[in-house]
Amino acid sequence: MLASMLQRFGRLLLLALVFAAGAWTYSTGFIDEFMWHWPDVQYLTMQHIWLTAMSGSLAIAVGIPLGIVLSRPGMAKVAESIMQVLNVGTTIPTLAVLALSMSFLGIGTVPAVFGLFVATLLPITRNTFTGLAGISPALLEAAAGIGMSPMQRLFRVELPNALYVIFAGIRTALTINVGTVPLAFLIGAGGLGELIFTGIDLFDPAMMLAGAIPTAMLAIAVDASIALIAFLVVPRGVNPNRA
Amino acid sequence: MIRLENLTKIFETQKGSVVAADHITMEVPSGEICILLGPSGCGKTTTLKMINRIVPPTSGKVFIEGEDTSGMQTQDLRRNIGYVIQQIGLFPNMTIEENITAVPRLLGWDAKRYRERARELMDVIAMDPNLFLNRYPSELSGGQQQRIGVARALAADPPVMLMDEPFGAIDPINRAVIQDEFLKMQQALKKTILFVSHDIDEAIKMGDRIAIFRDGRLVQLSEPDDLLAAPKDDFVESFLGDDRALKRLNLVRVGDIVSSEIGTVKPGDTLATALERMDDHGYQLSILMVNDRNEPVGMIPRSVASFTRGYCRDHFQPLPGTIHVRDNLRKATSLMFAEDTTWLPCIDDDGRICGQITQRAMTRHLGARFRAAERAVTEPATGA
Ligand SMILES: Nc1ncnc2c1ncn2[C@@H]1O[C@H](COP(=O)(O)OP(=O)(O)OP(=O)(O)O)[C@@H](O)[C@H]1O
Ligand SMILES: [Mg+2]
Repeated sequence: MLASMLQRFGRLLLLALVFAAGAWTYSTGFIDEFMWHWPDVQYLTMQHIWLTAMSGSLAIAVGIPLGIVLSRPGMAKVAESIMQVLNVGTTIPTLAVLALSMSFLGIGTVPAVFGLFVATLLPITRNTFTGLAGISPALLEAAAGIGMSPMQRLFRVELPNALYVIFAGIRTALTINVGTVPLAFLIGAGGLGELIFTGIDLFDPAMMLAGAIPTAMLAIAVDASIALIAFLVVPRGVNPNRA
Repeated sequence: MIRLENLTKIFETQKGSVVAADHITMEVPSGEICILLGPSGCGKTTTLKMINRIVPPTSGKVFIEGEDTSGMQTQDLRRNIGYVIQQIGLFPNMTIEENITAVPRLLGWDAKRYRERARELMDVIAMDPNLFLNRYPSELSGGQQQRIGVARALAADPPVMLMDEPFGAIDPINRAVIQDEFLKMQQALKKTILFVSHDIDEAIKMGDRIAIFRDGRLVQLSEPDDLLAAPKDDFVESFLGDDRALKRLNLVRVGDIVSSEIGTVKPGDTLATALERMDDHGYQLSILMVNDRNEPVGMIPRSVASFTRGYCRDHFQPLPGTIHVRDNLRKATSLMFAEDTTWLPCIDDDGRICGQITQRAMTRHLGARFRAAERAVTEPATGA
C-alpha cells in the first residue's frame, strides 16, 4: 500500500521535474539552439546507426560461429586459451583499438567499423561459448541417445537452450557498441561524435548535447529492442522472462 | 532379443586403467525385462551405455535380434533403441509434445502421425494430453517429467529399451504407482528391456531376470525367485540382504500354492453337519460357510458347532478376510499376521471360493525351494 503510494508520488515528482527542466531550457532559449542542429542530428544519427549496424552484424556473424566452434568437444584444449586472448583484447581501450586500426587501415569508415567490430566481438563470443558450455551433459547425452546427429544436437538442443545467454551477450555488446561509435569520429568516420567532440572543442553545450542525447537514446532503443527480440525468440521453456 | 558377448570397457585415467565392464556375456530374451543390479560403481551404467554406444566398447559385441550392431550406423542404432537416462534429460526448450515426438520427427514422420502418437502415449502414461502437451518440462513435477522421459523413449515404438534408474527421482509412493503402470504397459507392449537399478525390491518387482554385477563382472543372472532362493556366492547373498526369504513372498502368487481342497458348509446345513465335516477334513478350529453362489460369507467355529444346535446361518462368525488367487504371499502373510489366523479362503475373479491357503503350505513352499537350492550348491551337478 505505502510502497505503491510512494511509487505514484515518485512518478509525479519525476514528471514535474521533467516539465520544469523543459520549461527552464525553453526559457533560456536552449531548445532553439538545439533545434538549430536538427538537420545535422538527423544525418549523423543515420551515420551512427549505420556504423553500429555494420560493425554489430559483423561481430554477430563472426562471434556466434566462433563461440560455437570453441565450444565443440574437440576444441576443449584450445578454447580456454583463445578465450583468454579475447579477454586480453577487450582490456585494450577502444580508443587504442581505433588508433591501431587507423594506423594500418587509414582514415574513414573501414577502420572505424573494424575497431568497433573488435570491441563488440568479445561479449558475443564469450556468451555464446559459456552458454553452450553450460548445457548439462545429461541433456547432450539424451540428445545423442535418441539418435540426433551432431548438427541436430546443435540446432535443436544446444543453441535453443543457450539462446538466452547468447542474447544477453548481443545486448551488452551492441549497447557498448552504440556508446563507442562517437569515438569513430576521431578517425574520420562521422557519427554523432562529430557534434559531441566539436561541441566540447567549441565549448558549445547545446551542440554537445545535440550529439549526446541522441546517442543515449539510441543506446536505450538498441537495448530495449534486443530485449524485445530475445523475449519473442527465446523459447518459453528456457526464457526466465516468460516463465 | 539382446545379446552381449564379452563386452568390455576399460577407461584410461591418470591413475591408470579402470575396468568398468569385464567380459560381460548375457542374453535378454525378447519381451523380457532384465534388471542390472549391483552396488555403486560396479559397471551397470557403463554396460548399458555400451549398447547404444554412448560409451564405445573397448572390445566385445552387442547383438540385437541376432544382428551384430557393430555394422550399424550409430544414429540408426540409437533411433531404434528407446533410451531413458538417469537424469531424465527432457529438452527444456521444447514443449512436452515436442519432447515426446523428438524421435518420430527425426525419423521423418508426418506431423499428423506424430501428433496422434503423442496423444496416444500420453494415454499410456496416464497423463491428460490436453493439459500437458503444450507445457514445458519446467512446468511439470519430477514424477511427471520422468513419465514423459519414458514416453519419449517409447515414441517410435522401438523393440528394445534401455532404462537407467528411470524411477530413481521419484518418492517411494509415486514410484510404486509408476512401476505398476509400467508393468501393465509392458504386458501389452512386450518390449525387450534392460533396466538399471540399485534397489533390490524394484529389481524383484520389475525383473523377469536379474543380473547381479560386482566390480565390472556379471556374477549371477537368474530369475528373481531363483536368485533369492539360491544366491551364487556370499557377495550376492549379502547384497540381497538377510530377509531374502521374506522378499520371496512378493514373488509367489497365492494361486501357486493354493489347495483347492476345502470343506465348506452352506447356510442351510445344521451345525451337526458342520461338526461332522470338520472332523472329516481334520479342521481343528473352524469351517468355512459359503452362500449359494459359492462366495465365502462366514465361518463356524468348532466350539459353537460342538455345543449348540441349529442351523449354520444363525450361528456363523465373520471371516478374518479373503485373499485373491493373484495376490502375492506377502499380502497373505500380512493378513494372517494381522488377523491372527493360520489360513485364508481364496477367491477367484468372481469372488467365488476356489480353495484355501495355509501358513504351513507357505512355509513348506518357500522352504522346499531353499533346500533344493542348498542341495544344488553342496552337491554340484556332474557333467554340467
Ligand atoms: N568416463 C569415465 N572415465 C573413467 N572412469 C569411469 C568413467 N565412467 C565410469 N567410470 C568408472 O567405471 C566404473 C563403473 O561405472 P558405472 O557408471 O558403470 O557404475 P554404476 O554401476 O552405474 O554405478 P552407480 O550405481 O553409482 O550409477 C566406476 O568405477 C567408475 O568410476
Ligand atoms: Mg549408474
